[in-house]
Amino acid sequence: MQPALAINGLKKIYKGGLVAVKGIDLKVEKGDFFALLGPNGAGKSTTIGVITSLVNKTAGSVKVFGHDIDSELDKAKSFIGLVPQEFNFNQFEAPMKILVNQAGYYGVPRHIALQRAEKYLRQLDLWEKANEPSRNLSGGMKRRLMIARALMHEPKILILDEPTAGVDIELRRHMWDYLRRLNNEGITIILTTHYLEEAEMLCRNIAIIDNGEIIKNTSMKSLLATLHTETIVLDISLNSKSIDLSGFQSRLTDEHTLEIDVDKSQSLNDVFTQLTQQGINVHSMRNKANRLEELFVTLTANNKVQSAGALS
Amino acid sequence: MISFSNRIALSSILRKEIQRFMRIWVQTLVPPAITISLYFVIFGSLIGSRIGEMGGFDYMSFIVPGLIMMSVITNSYSNVASSFFSAKWQRNVEEMLVAPVPNWVIVAGYVGGGMTRGILVGSIVTLISLLFVDIQIHNIWVIIATVMLTSAVFSLGGLINAIFAGSFDDISIIPTFILTPLTYLGGVFYSITLLPEFWQGVSQINPIVYMVNAFRYGFLGISDVSLTLAFAVILTFIVSLFSIAMILIAKGIGLRS
Repeated sequence: MQPALAINGLKKIYKGGLVAVKGIDLKVEKGDFFALLGPNGAGKSTTIGVITSLVNKTAGSVKVFGHDIDSELDKAKSFIGLVPQEFNFNQFEAPMKILVNQAGYYGVPRHIALQRAEKYLRQLDLWEKANEPSRNLSGGMKRRLMIARALMHEPKILILDEPTAGVDIELRRHMWDYLRRLNNEGITIILTTHYLEEAEMLCRNIAIIDNGEIIKNTSMKSLLATLHTETIVLDISLNSKSIDLSGFQSRLTDEHTLEIDVDKSQSLNDVFTQLTQQGINVHSMRNKANRLEELFVTLTANNKVQSAGALS
Repeated sequence: MISFSNRIALSSILRKEIQRFMRIWVQTLVPPAITISLYFVIFGSLIGSRIGEMGGFDYMSFIVPGLIMMSVITNSYSNVASSFFSAKWQRNVEEMLVAPVPNWVIVAGYVGGGMTRGILVGSIVTLISLLFVDIQIHNIWVIIATVMLTSAVFSLGGLINAIFAGSFDDISIIPTFILTPLTYLGGVFYSITLLPEFWQGVSQINPIVYMVNAFRYGFLGISDVSLTLAFAVILTFIVSLFSIAMILIAKGIGLRS
């Protein structure tokens, strides 16, 4: 079966010499929910720009369901729906017109486009605003309008570039539910984000891109399994001036907060046993940071060290 | 043969373009009507009555075709220049670029929008001129052909201007420094036979001279230049500008990084 997206040796050098993407390979299977994760300026948007033909590539190949963007661009384009990072619709036009026009560009007849526009505007809670100038919409509504627009030609792949940037938590969760629903209906979804929680919550497979290179490309499960250490934060009441936790790295950040690094091979029971023996009460417990975030920081830091090594 | 999906894409762009200038009709349709009324009052009635005849017709009748053509040129050009540049600036041009819309459909859609506005404004100006002068028609087909082809030339010009433009200033520089002088020196207000021989020769390299004269021929049956040459010049401009626009869009100049 053809993968939904196959990228080989993709390279992009901008005018002026900036090397944004350094020959990456990437494969996304049909039906996948895929995260392309990376810090700002890593090359995520450039990669998406090339896939959607908004950026001319310098070298390499991109195939969408087997159709090469060099030889069968129109066919490749027809499979993709793009939700870009920045608002790029005409702010003076109403959502209904934006959607129907977009469908028209893909050759969808007007009477069908009108029905589809109503369907997606209702699904994304925008029906009330269908005929208002889109500049009056809130930030979250504008993002949802761009999702509706990307769905108007019923694409097989939906590419979202930072879809929840600037969206409040409740709306973000609604958006996640909606994207999961689309994925369950069979649409392959590729998401770029720097909200690591978003990638962890939604995606089955992940590629981490940094400095124009893919530094990790694996399933979310196996990526998280590589985490060896988690930092647990305990809210405690302290009787003495110091705590002695043998076998664990620990530190008091203030007199009520204790941070402990727990290795995968270690048991939390040991921590509690030792704390109980020392008469320390634990009131609450949480993870210090998102697990993926820690891994991400480690990976990108390693990449910087390697890059610096290669340069020197 | 245009495919079904391309026909839908073309009509979508055209509909969007027409809705755009109709939505802002106070900016797009009213000003040319006011400007042209002032021209008629000042050059036609007040000053024109003292000028006497021009090319065998009273001055008012002589300038009407030129004034109509002037508004067609200005409006076709500025419609595409500002609409396409706004689409670039707001980045909604990307809506078309990510879709399987052939480049010629994008060009045809925007040019069709510019032509529609040019011809609509031309019709409004024609109706206003009826208040000042009796319009005679020598050859309606020459009038229709000239107005359509001329509006196509300047719509293409506006599109190329917008493709290169990096700021709103860039879409007003060409109209101010090139288009307006060429139009005023294009025989709208005078017959170029009045000029000294040298300047008559210079006028022959001004394409607007051919458009205004062909158009005037349609109304009055008089022209300073040969009609065949006039249409040859206009068609050459259309083919050249269309080719340039297609190459620029295919290369993604100003559109793709």
